[in-house]
Amino acid sequence: MDLISPFVQELTVFVLAVFVGYYVVWKVTPALHSPLMSVTNAISSVIIVGAILAAGSAQDTMTQLFGFAAVTMAAVNIFGGFVVTRRMLEMFNKKK
Amino acid sequence: MSANLSAISYLVSSVCFILALQGLSSAKTSQRGLTLGILGMALAVLTTIGSPIVTDYGWILSGLILGGVIGTAIAKKIQMTALPQLVAAFHSLVGLAAVCVAAAALYEPRAFSIGEVGHLAAGSLIEMGLGVAIGAITFTGSIVAFAKLQGLVSGNPLIFKGQHPLNAALGIGLILMIAFFAGSESHSLFWLMTFVSLGLGFLLILPIGGADMPVVISMLNSYSGWAAAGIGFTFGNSLLIITGALVGSSGAILSYIMCKGMNRSIINIILGGFGGDQAAAAQRGAEQRAFKAGSAEDAGFIMKNAKSVIIVPGYGMAVAQAQHALREMSDILKKEGVKVRYAIHPVAGRMPGHMNVLLAEANVPYEDVLELDEINRDFAVTDVAFVIGANDVTNPAAKTDSTSPIFGMPILDVEKAKTVLFVKRSMSPGYAGVDNELFYKDNTLMLFGDAKKMCEEIIKALEE
Repeated sequence: MDLISPFVQELTVFVLAVFVGYYVVWKVTPALHSPLMSVTNAISSVIIVGAILAAGSAQDTMTQLFGFAAVTMAAVNIFGGFVVTRRMLEMFNKKK
Repeated sequence: MSANLSAISYLVSSVCFILALQGLSSAKTSQRGLTLGILGMALAVLTTIGSPIVTDYGWILSGLILGGVIGTAIAKKIQMTALPQLVAAFHSLVGLAAVCVAAAALYEPRAFSIGEVGHLAAGSLIEMGLGVAIGAITFTGSIVAFAKLQGLVSGNPLIFKGQHPLNAALGIGLILMIAFFAGSESHSLFWLMTFVSLGLGFLLILPIGGADMPVVISMLNSYSGWAAAGIGFTFGNSLLIITGALVGSSGAILSYIMCKGMNRSIINIILGGFGGDQAAAAQRGAEQRAFKAGSAEDAGFIMKNAKSVIIVPGYGMAVAQAQHALREMSDILKKEGVKVRYAIHPVAGRMPGHMNVLLAEANVPYEDVLELDEINRDFAVTDVAFVIGANDVTNPAAKTDSTSPIFGMPILDVEKAKTVLFVKRSMSPGYAGVDNELFYKDNTLMLFGDAKKMCEEIIKALEE
């Protein structure tokens, strides 16, 4: 039998993840839709993984600079997104 | 770290992210979920830094520190009313980061172990092309959304002749370019694609009016996810693919919910042109009709003697920064034995769930805030509906007048309450440019004035 191409395996993962996302997100209570948005914003910056590879393993300065710029922007998002989400959730859970 | 070990850590990160989203199903579990999300991200970053091909740490650390400091500082300072702008600005960064990563991968694919320059697989190039296109559209689109929300450019839709054919042509051109790029791996074509996508991002969001911003932000949220997934395909990295898919579907669901809240189709919104001067100008010459206006004292008296009050806040309330005064008012009413609750329309505010955050910030208890489906039946058995800063979402024409531009939009049935108190600056129509039948009902009392001042005056009247 032929080997399954990596693309097909990736596609499998992708499609299943879309379904997981679909079911998980429909369960999110509407009151928390803003935190949902800021937290998904933070985790979509997981693209930092690619940025780190560019900044840390490239030989060429230009590639490193692209990597550095991407690491910085993604880090703004990750820290900013998590911090603002934390702030919001604390408001919802305030003790009176 | 061996390849298998990193793949396993990435899997653990993915699971953490899924659990973070799942935690948001209730306020109680949400903070634990967030902590898991942060752990997942930390694990992903450390795993990547620890991989054997990473040899230079200077750039990485300086980027992390610089970005971390900026991000934390902004997030700590931001006002909750400005949350939509902040999220739009953050989306634009994800988009630009995706473009940078794709460019780095094109110039030095070895750094990502995906091949050599000039010999990249066509499949990788298609994925790279898609990632960079979506990333660039997200970048400029979010900048426009940010500028509109921040008031830097007018919220009016910007429409010119031939706009839709132009967008369509650019879109088709982009697809062709990705196809040629896959065959040629041409670096100049890569940059041409990037520039066309940047332009397309501007053109797509400019025609969309301010009232539709909740949909736009959700849509851009979704795009930023798909961009991450596209880059994930290029590197064959399952963490990026999974996370991108999660974020992409989350944004898509939120867009759908927002569209339903306004009874608009997504196509209709993307084509744009709604919610500006045009719509207002199209309004039929409204004849002067009789309505009743009241004072803060009247409102205080009516609410004090009511058994139950439902407050319907809209974005106008947030603009006037009236949420704290409003909460104080309801606290006094509660002490008087009045049952006070809040009814939130899905599109109250400028992004999904925005109104809930604003009320939570003003210490309104979570249990008092109810969604449209939960509370709509209760208006019929409520003494007072107190509408503040909202208009179109209460307009009965959405149910009765099939010629109305908002016909079919789900509304809060405030007209069923015994008395309706309507806080408003003037008799001007709302975003959709339609007159509200509610103003002229016998049981409606108009309270003219700034939302915050009105609440403060009512508090004074109640305390006397």
